[in-house]
Amino acid sequence: MIDIFINNLPILIVTVPLMMSLFVVLVTNSYLSFLLTLATTFITFLIAILLYQEVQSYSSISYALGNWLPPLGIEYIIDHVSIIPIIIISGIGFLATLFAYKIMPSELSDSSISKTYGLWLLAISGLIGLVTTGDAFNLFVFLEISSLASVALVAMGAKQDRQALIAAYNYLIIGAVGATFYVIGVGLIYAITGTLNLADITSKLALMEDNRALIAGFGFMVVGIMVKAAVFPLHIWLPRAYAYAPSAVSILLAATATKASLYILARILFSVFLPSENIVSFTLTYIILPLSVFAMFGGTIMAIYEKDIKRLLAHSSIAQIGYITLAFSIGTKSSVAAGFIHMSNHALIKGGLFMAITSISYYIQKRVTIENLSGLGKAMPITFCCFIICSLSLAGLPLTAGFISKLYLIKSAISSEGLWLSFMILFSSALSLIYLWKMIETLWLSPLNKKDIKIKEKPVIYSSLLLITFLNIYFGLDASLIVNSSFNASNLLLGINK
Amino acid sequence: MYKNPILRVCTKILFAPIILFGLYVQFHGDYGPGGGFQAGVIVASAFILYSIVFGLNEGQKLLPPKVNLVLLAFGAFLYGAVGFITMLMGEPFLSYNVLGENYQAGQHLGILIIEFGVGLTVCNVMIALFNSFSGYQPNQGS
Repeated sequence: MIDIFINNLPILIVTVPLMMSLFVVLVTNSYLSFLLTLATTFITFLIAILLYQEVQSYSSISYALGNWLPPLGIEYIIDHVSIIPIIIISGIGFLATLFAYKIMPSELSDSSISKTYGLWLLAISGLIGLVTTGDAFNLFVFLEISSLASVALVAMGAKQDRQALIAAYNYLIIGAVGATFYVIGVGLIYAITGTLNLADITSKLALMEDNRALIAGFGFMVVGIMVKAAVFPLHIWLPRAYAYAPSAVSILLAATATKASLYILARILFSVFLPSENIVSFTLTYIILPLSVFAMFGGTIMAIYEKDIKRLLAHSSIAQIGYITLAFSIGTKSSVAAGFIHMSNHALIKGGLFMAITSISYYIQKRVTIENLSGLGKAMPITFCCFIICSLSLAGLPLTAGFISKLYLIKSAISSEGLWLSFMILFSSALSLIYLWKMIETLWLSPLNKKDIKIKEKPVIYSSLLLITFLNIYFGLDASLIVNSSFNASNLLLGINK
Repeated sequence: MYKNPILRVCTKILFAPIILFGLYVQFHGDYGPGGGFQAGVIVASAFILYSIVFGLNEGQKLLPPKVNLVLLAFGAFLYGAVGFITMLMGEPFLSYNVLGENYQAGQHLGILIIEFGVGLTVCNVMIALFNSFSGYQPNQGS
């Protein structure tokens, strides 16, 4: 029995949340549906940890669905690269579920809670499947599962604010365009290689010269994934979706959704299209690098002028995605590792910040804007402390997780592109201090509204916030876990030759 | 439209043959064109036709929304359950070979059950989509 469990871990991590979501939708009691979701996300996280240990000893696990051996059948691959987003998604999924216990009932009607949790599990399972699969078309299916579930989750915010419907519609249309682009690309690549297995595509591409179908297929796939990952000019859906989704959903999506797509981007660029190196390096230097720099500044500047805090954090997410794609675009081993380090750290940071903002909106019972924050730091010291630590981590101050990712990013930028790029990175992080300080200043130095004095913080809400803040500090002090696994990932992705 | 006797009688006559044709497409899927997706849509069209002619309330009496939701989840569950059963029998997820006495019987049984699950889910999703669009009242809101 244990054997069966251990042998099937790569498929269980996808199917357990998928199957449980079917049960959770049917449960009418909202408390029971919460418990089931919590248990499922916990089991998923445990499976992820077991897989992490297996990857450390076997380095790559391949699982053939239905015993149809790859390249014919669908293959699930867990290796040093894909384990990072798997751990992020399942871990943050668990923490966000823990946090959602009181938050969901305060924002949604009782009848829709179990449906929301069902979609929640579906989104988690879709994201994990996206990362696990080694088949180009299966990847598209999971792309659709995760994004349709997230669209429905965003639309659940309509009870609070009808804008959520517009946000969900935008997300649906733009996301569908992205997915269509991806599938057109897969079609073209399938036409020239005759295979859908990602590893097999690489070996077939190695035998042929660059041709137009390959270039077009590559372009369609990359652009499609860039839409899903919200890389700068294709990010339009993101701020609204994060801002008007139910708060718990914002936490989950902000911390996990774009990470999975960024992983796919890295995998397409560095491992699938490895043989057609000149196309990839052209894309990296002339397209992704400039766009990332624009994202860093554009996102930060939009965040500075934003009054609504959830939108502000969403804009700052765009800038942070810019850092990650920037790290990928430099294209050396250390920079790709820096990208993966920032991927996991950013999940912790944004998860923490969204949790803090959500707790504030739970206590004051209205939308959090800059004016509403006034003086609340005194009324809720624990939330405020966590908020400050996560903010410092976002800005990249020493002793926090954000520092480690900025450190490795700047180090790799100096060693390959010279000083100007690292200056840009430092300058945009300095700019991010402006919007962070704007929030901290109002939270701490402005006078407190009279009716907010009575606020008492509840342990149910701040416990998971404390946990994620602790992780922010812990990975700032001892980053070896994240750094080592990220370097393992980039070694595997880029091979030995670079 | 409710009052038109031709429509009402025709719907009643057509209802059973449409479902029969749906079942034919469903279970013929292993040998010819067809399968769960197409069959699900055909069966759903019978229920949707009934709702269009007799009104949404009558349609929901025929298939209550709660039953609709349960069947929707059950179809997908059936698909996954086949995967879990093969897993418990010591083979990878969805390897049908172990389900029957020999290779062919196992493959046949496995594909039949999961296609039935697909058909059930597709059919109920179509009906649920129709119900939620036609039951939408713009001014009440949520």
